[in-house]
Amino acid sequence: MQMNMVSAINNALDLILRENPDVVLLGEDIGKDGGVFRVTDGLQAKFGDGRVMDTPLAESGIIGASIGMALAGMHPIPEIQFAGFMYLAFDQLVSHAARYRSRTRSTLKVPMVVRTPVSGGVRALEHHSENPEALYAHVGGLIVIEPSGPYDAKGLLISAAKTQDPVIFLEPTKLYRLFKEEVPEEAYELPIGKANIVKQGNALTIVTYGTMLSMVKSVVEEKGTDAEIIDLRTINPLDDKPIIESVKKTTKLLIVHEAQQSFGVGAEVAARVAEKAIYELEAPIMRVASPDLPYPMPGYEKYYVPTEKKIAEAIDKITSS
Amino acid sequence: MLFARALDAKMLSLQRQGRMATYAPLIGEEATQIGSAYALRNQDVFVPNFRQHGVFLVRNFPLENFFTYWKGYEEGGKVPENFNGTAVAVPVATQVPHAAGIAFALKYKNKDAVVIAYVGDGGTSEGDFYEALNFAGVWKAPLVTIIENNQWAISVPRSKQTMAQTLAQKAIAAGIKGMQVDGNDVIAVYKATADAIANIKNGPTLIECVTYRMSMHTTADDPTKYRSDDEVAEWQSKDPIARVKAYLTRKHLWSDEMEKQTTDEQIKKIDAAVDKAEQFKPDPASMFENVYSFMPDQLKEEFDEATAAKFWL
Repeated sequence: MQMNMVSAINNALDLILRENPDVVLLGEDIGKDGGVFRVTDGLQAKFGDGRVMDTPLAESGIIGASIGMALAGMHPIPEIQFAGFMYLAFDQLVSHAARYRSRTRSTLKVPMVVRTPVSGGVRALEHHSENPEALYAHVGGLIVIEPSGPYDAKGLLISAAKTQDPVIFLEPTKLYRLFKEEVPEEAYELPIGKANIVKQGNALTIVTYGTMLSMVKSVVEEKGTDAEIIDLRTINPLDDKPIIESVKKTTKLLIVHEAQQSFGVGAEVAARVAEKAIYELEAPIMRVASPDLPYPMPGYEKYYVPTEKKIAEAIDKITSS
Repeated sequence: MLFARALDAKMLSLQRQGRMATYAPLIGEEATQIGSAYALRNQDVFVPNFRQHGVFLVRNFPLENFFTYWKGYEEGGKVPENFNGTAVAVPVATQVPHAAGIAFALKYKNKDAVVIAYVGDGGTSEGDFYEALNFAGVWKAPLVTIIENNQWAISVPRSKQTMAQTLAQKAIAAGIKGMQVDGNDVIAVYKATADAIANIKNGPTLIECVTYRMSMHTTADDPTKYRSDDEVAEWQSKDPIARVKAYLTRKHLWSDEMEKQTTDEQIKKIDAAVDKAEQFKPDPASMFENVYSFMPDQLKEEFDEATAAKFWL
């Protein structure tokens, strides 16, 4: 069935709620309103307000209470309305969700999936377009997933709801309704911690995820570049094996992400390749990312987020070196 | 209460000898901890901060694990099956939202149990404290929150923590019941907690226990810098153990002889547990094996490298 990412995630949540009675959804406006992006639309009507709950407006409370539910044997799926509001819950995620298993030597665990919209490109207000994946990826004990389209979003979310670890599930708002894909109506899982080789190629390796994948694909198609495109799917744990293998073949690496450049996911990918395959490289590693400044207001957004032109120029530069 | 005080004394002595890491003493707060803990039933869930050693004792937490934790090893943080409690929580008040979530889960699963959460006077200034009470209120979740108001948040006195006349009245903002009890009166604390549990169907309760931290915040703290000896002496005259002892002795239920016998037995138990904890051999592999439900490749590589190099020690 053709689904956009909103329908695919809604469908995944529906299946998860049906499958596991210990799952509850909680968050701001997710009940009757169906969430500000309508991702949870109709789920409260179907499963009741005991399982799909509007909470008081308090992000730390939402995550803290979810941790408690998880410690008590449930598998909560909290939604934080925008990633820009999740910093209020950062302490709960870093100090408790990430550490509980380790500090109790696996006698207590925090299985939960924190869903939150990320990334820009939709002319949203301040604090509605953040790309915080590297902040969470830097925390041992958390899993960070960012899907790049409807099919991946559904399969990854169903897998995330089965893992016994806390998962940060980042949903790019721009992709919610950008395109539809064929998505099976039944449940299926995509592996967590595994990257996806989206397109085989020999001229260069492009590593990307989230909003940038569709842009990279479009540029590569338009230019007819023989690029190998790898979608990380899971940011942490980072699956570097297919990247290393690919770079050995193509000898060139370009990393593309929307988040700001310095200390970002691209830095880690570049470091892994430098450590494990630097002698295979025939050109310096390149990154296409946003500049190192706070995500701007919508008026300046187009000057900030990487464009197809920026990606195309980087491809030209690295393939001609 | 005597057991808790004996444990506290032992911990201080071990810490001063360099055999324990930093420790947060409980002396003076025994009535609040023991009185509330005895009101709990087995099925009730205990959510501590970092000073409820007395409650851990009442809940039969393995003493050896207790020492292992405070020596600085996560193995001591292992929560035994059927303990019905969470682990020590250090970041102030962050544990109270967990308690609200656990209380939600108990209700969701139709269990006849309540959650008891502990927080200090300083913790009531944190956002997490209010968020948790508010969530529990909205959910009508079975949560009893004990404020162990020991008058000091490290060096900041209760008077500088809030202009609110009592900490109990913070319950009003969340629309739940709030009460204040004499936290140095073990029977009063027991009764208040037991009543809150018995009436949990009517909603969550916040209980402020007014007590006093007779010693330092932790072994890294020197309270003589910020509070007077007179103040400490005044509270020492309200020592919760002396109070209950006087009461029981008057009723001919307690004697010095009984106390000596009890304390001797407790010290034996404590010493045996310390001996065991001191034999604990750390296994660095456990650091790597308990981060996720699986070991990610990168972590495995880091572990293999460190193991091969014997951790560069």
